[in-house]
Amino acid sequence: MTVDTEKKGPEDTPPSAPQAIKAVPVRHYGRYVSAVVALAALGAIVFAFAQGEINWDAIPEYFFDSRIVGGMRETLLLTVLSMAIGVAGGILLAVMRLSKNPVTSSIAWFYIWFFRGTPVLVQLFVWFNLGFVFEYINLGPIYKDEWSDFMTPFLTALLGLGLNEAAYMAEICRAGLLAVDEGQTEAAHALGMSHSKTLRRVVLPQAMRVIVPPTGNEVINMLKTTSLVAAVQYYELLRNAQDIGQSSGATVEVLFLAATWYLIMTSILSVGQYYLERYYARGSSRQLPPTPWQKVKANMLSLRRPEVAR
Amino acid sequence: MNAMVKAENVHKSFGHVEVLKGIDLEVKQGEVFCLIGPSGSGKSTFLRCINHLEKVNAGRLYVDGELVGYRQKGDKLHELKDSEVALKRRDIGMVFQRFNLFPHMTALENVMEAPVQVKGESKAAARERAGALLERVGLADKAGNYPSQLSGGQQQRVAIARALAMEPKLMLFDEPTSALDPELVGDVLDVMRDLAETGMTMVVVTHEMGFAREVGDSLVFMDGGVVVESGNPRDVLTDPQHERTKSFLSKVL
Ligand SMILES: Nc1ncnc2c1ncn2[C@@H]1O[C@H](COP(=O)(O)OP(=O)(O)OP(=O)(O)O)[C@@H](O)[C@H]1O
Ligand SMILES: [Mg+2]
Repeated sequence: MTVDTEKKGPEDTPPSAPQAIKAVPVRHYGRYVSAVVALAALGAIVFAFAQGEINWDAIPEYFFDSRIVGGMRETLLLTVLSMAIGVAGGILLAVMRLSKNPVTSSIAWFYIWFFRGTPVLVQLFVWFNLGFVFEYINLGPIYKDEWSDFMTPFLTALLGLGLNEAAYMAEICRAGLLAVDEGQTEAAHALGMSHSKTLRRVVLPQAMRVIVPPTGNEVINMLKTTSLVAAVQYYELLRNAQDIGQSSGATVEVLFLAATWYLIMTSILSVGQYYLERYYARGSSRQLPPTPWQKVKANMLSLRRPEVAR
Repeated sequence: MNAMVKAENVHKSFGHVEVLKGIDLEVKQGEVFCLIGPSGSGKSTFLRCINHLEKVNAGRLYVDGELVGYRQKGDKLHELKDSEVALKRRDIGMVFQRFNLFPHMTALENVMEAPVQVKGESKAAARERAGALLERVGLADKAGNYPSQLSGGQQQRVAIARALAMEPKLMLFDEPTSALDPELVGDVLDVMRDLAETGMTMVVVTHEMGFAREVGDSLVFMDGGVVVESGNPRDVLTDPQHERTKSFLSKVL
């Protein structure tokens, strides 16, 4: 960068170039102090855990245990499927709520009111125990089975999490749809586009910019919330980890292990979110934000440039 | 039947506020029809009634001989279905003051969108026509730009191309140059002038009196929801007959 400002043609060199300022920078003593305090606190915590009776070796031992890996697969599967239900249901509910039809908008309002207003754990238990209310599920000629055979732990978990999530996603989607300028709808209608085409081609893609960031939060939340479904006999990461803990006696250790895996998974999801946001930002700013890799490359280039110029 | 737009005693209210208080006018096929008037006089509202973005409360409004938004059966009016309204809008292009381009699509995609999605044209054919339309408005080299990467004048020209892509028989312009820097106004007006020369029927709400005088075939001065004065633009602009027209023109000219 400095090279560009110094490079001047021989003609337009001013008689005396202004001298670069060499000032004493402001000292930020607070930063040093807070860094020392933070390091000390971290040291104390590490020391305390090192003193404790923790069998650290148990963590690498079980890190790739088949039950852990299998539990993780279940956790991820449940997260992805429940979010899929949540997003699809959320968009549908948001459109219903914004519709001019008073019947559909009140149905959506009631759904959101109910599912947002009750704890998800209670909802899970209710789904799980519906077998006491209905002995059979009977969808006429299509399907008929005993409720307990139909409502497997997996389906219980999926419905419980997915339907609850739809209520939250509905509000996120509604905010996104409302954030799109009304002129966009008008322009689309003026071109002869139908309501549904306008929604799909014009409004939703723009709403996504508003919808994606909080949805990323929801995905990460969902990944963690899946640990609740142990309560309805579904075996996912936490449940499997606890089982290992009980049989091997390394109760606390496997909890650390599970926490580590949750952290790894949420970190990967955060990276995915970054790229998704970048995709939906196209056209909204003059230049897309750089990907981390592009940033690294740019930094390396700017480090090298002075040498090239010399 | 050579009236493209015919308004008979058109009324429009928002709640208790009556914005249009009986508009009578006629836009002939192939003419450039200018609408002028002070802010809040109902120009945009009337324009939006023509393609049924607003519902007329009373009176009759016809486009190309057909009632807008309703169907007459005996002496009863039936509201048209959304799909029927959409079908009629295909034939009416509209250009907005704030462009309203789709920001997530490039200039080319903006122009292609309606032919592909509404008319079911093939992408290849639509792309070719869109390219030609962008060339016509002088933006062949900006086809791949997103609206945010275009100047206001360029955006408005893309918006005109987008409306033309549906091959409308009538174009509505709502103050197409009011949001532009003065030096960009000329480019847009040039495109509109060229369009007028092709014989397109145009209804133009504008504050560009120069354009109205040069290109306009008829002019209407609206104030307070009524037509105050109408006639040939050169006559009305140089020798207005009504006090209100005079005082408005003295302010804008
Ligand atoms: N959707 C609406 N709801 C309520 N009032 C409205 C609505 N749209 C317009 N109006 C009112 O109708 C009147 C006429 O508005 P309109 O936009 O037609 O004026 P205009 O002549 O186009 O003015 P301008 O030159 O400022 O664009 C204004 O007083 C405005 O406040
Ligand atoms: Mg207006």
